[in-house]
Amino acid sequence: MKFQGTENYVATDDLMVAVNAAITLQRPLLVKGEPGTGKTVLAEEIAKSLGKKLITWSIKSTTRAQQGLYEYDAVSRLRDSQLGDARVHNIANYIVKGKLWEAFEDESAPVLLIDEIDKADIEFPNDLLQELDRMEFFVYETQETIKATNRPIVIITSNNEKELPDAFLRRCFFHYIRFPDADTMNQIIEVHYPGIQKRLVAEALTLFYDMRDVSGLKKKPSTSELLDWLKLLMAEDLPPEALRAKDAKTAVPPLHGALLKNEQDVHLFERLAFMTRREGR
Amino acid sequence: MFTGFFYKLKENRVPVSLREYLTLLEAVEKGLAGYSVEDFYYLARASLVKDERNLDKFDRVFSEHFKGVIDLADGMDEVPETDIPEEWLHKLAEKFLSEEEKAEIEALGGWEKLMETLKQRLEEQKGRHQGGNKWIGTAGTSPFGAYGYNPEGVRIGQDKSRHRRAVKVWDKREFKNLDDSVEIGTRNIKVALRRLRKWARTGAADELDLPGTITSTARQGWLDVQMRPERHNSVKVLMLFDIGGSMDDHIKVCEELFSAIKTEFKHLEYYYFHNCPYEGLWKDNARRRSDQVSTWDVINTYGSDYKLVIVGDATMSPYEITYPGGAVEHWNEEAGAVWMQRLLDHFDHAAWINPQAENWWPYHQSIQIMHQLMAGRMFPLTLDGLDRMTGELNR
Repeated sequence: MKFQGTENYVATDDLMVAVNAAITLQRPLLVKGEPGTGKTVLAEEIAKSLGKKLITWSIKSTTRAQQGLYEYDAVSRLRDSQLGDARVHNIANYIVKGKLWEAFEDESAPVLLIDEIDKADIEFPNDLLQELDRMEFFVYETQETIKATNRPIVIITSNNEKELPDAFLRRCFFHYIRFPDADTMNQIIEVHYPGIQKRLVAEALTLFYDMRDVSGLKKKPSTSELLDWLKLLMAEDLPPEALRAKDAKTAVPPLHGALLKNEQDVHLFERLAFMTRREGR
Repeated sequence: MFTGFFYKLKENRVPVSLREYLTLLEAVEKGLAGYSVEDFYYLARASLVKDERNLDKFDRVFSEHFKGVIDLADGMDEVPETDIPEEWLHKLAEKFLSEEEKAEIEALGGWEKLMETLKQRLEEQKGRHQGGNKWIGTAGTSPFGAYGYNPEGVRIGQDKSRHRRAVKVWDKREFKNLDDSVEIGTRNIKVALRRLRKWARTGAADELDLPGTITSTARQGWLDVQMRPERHNSVKVLMLFDIGGSMDDHIKVCEELFSAIKTEFKHLEYYYFHNCPYEGLWKDNARRRSDQVSTWDVINTYGSDYKLVIVGDATMSPYEITYPGGAVEHWNEEAGAVWMQRLLDHFDHAAWINPQAENWWPYHQSIQIMHQLMAGRMFPLTLDGLDRMTGELNR
């Protein structure tokens, strides 16, 4: 059982080592990186390449650890009791299973993605320590222990909005997806849009890296934005020449909406373009 | 097995624990590292380093510790790196030197001469360190360091793919700028400030209080719905910004700080001052002469539960703090130190953020004085500094 990347996902060597270590030693893998470098997609691709089911638990600021295990639906039970429903006598009817329970229960050892763990409360990772370590937890209401028969592969992503506690980090493998270099980027584009005109890619990439070099951008465009942009360029059927002779500093690139997500950034580019035009005169 | 390496990591302040070390050994035992140094490097990195800020430190230690082993293992298959094309050096110089510095070099004997020496030096450096095939060196010894160019790392010739093979991944030190507190942006500042948040329930009761409802329902015997107000960030912040003069160098980072802080706190008040707070502060820098607010009014308006954050480089003449009439812009009846003391007496939680690098502080007397006035609560404007500041303000 080894992860080698898929036809849709270019995995670098270090990423493969980290993923395989996490699979073999059955520890969670914590993935960080710039937004848009494919953290979430990684879990999907691991599931696909290993032929496993993917269970996604997306974390929000209000998510509590308990919700991943189970929830006791007290309100339904209260309502049922007022209506005299027979179900009310068995508390197990009101236990709603969470994503972790679902993953532990699954015999096939699925891939469990805990997406953007840093969004949650600061105590959240600590509350999951034992559960992720031992892959078991106790349900107080029904007095039973849920234990994973086959340990799921756990992938955790973080956008670095909060520091994660040390005790939690110690139990994980860690991988930082750094921004791909031009070669890797070419491969990624080839994988996503095979047969896209070679020259168009070359021009687009130069422009793209130039744009990342412009200082003062609030949000630098990243891989997923580049892919969206290429898709647009192809749909518009723009000739490569439209991109050339305008390095990032002299003009706002065509269809920039896909790359720049912030009106201040667009404004910055317009100003730069204006200044170079004026100097050129 | 790798105990020496493990201790060296600890020595270099990469936070590693025994548990992680055992994980690594377990992984090695399971054969995950294969037989290549590269795979071992990746594996060790994934299991020992848990924060991208520490990646660079890890790379350095790894490079140092396994240097001999790797040289042996790699043998002869590396591209010899003896010739350095002229245009790289030009490119390099262009990238790193400003106009004034170029002029300075011109005075030192012109481009050709300097290039010659630089080239020589680079070769020497490689020869000394890695048997002529590595790009790492010690910046401190190079006379070229003075020109603000860093011979460390791989930038030289990075764009020539023929050489990529010759440079080991860890020697590239790609995570250099993730190290410590170099990178600072609005988003990072916000994250750092998040620790300041204090949640409190205020406002209209518009959220269902489930535990409360259950308790009171059980008590009453009928369905008794309880509501409660939503939680808000209730920290109150009063900021004083130093503006103009020597602060001009720090405008960008201060703007970032300001925009981050503005959206993060519901109760935020800010005023400007110049160099040191005196009897008047102002809200609009364009009308600083006409529209001043008395500092007494500020102290009396905002309760002592406000957290006072002063942003300034505290770089001025010491007289501006300690003597009446020392202010550069006007005649002040009372010394800056008196006003500082009044502010600090009123606001229990106070901190000074200084955009000036921390290792420069000892060289400015005025910073020392301010630091003393603040009782040590002065922090550099870096992520680490902001972190320490929020810790201090939360105490």
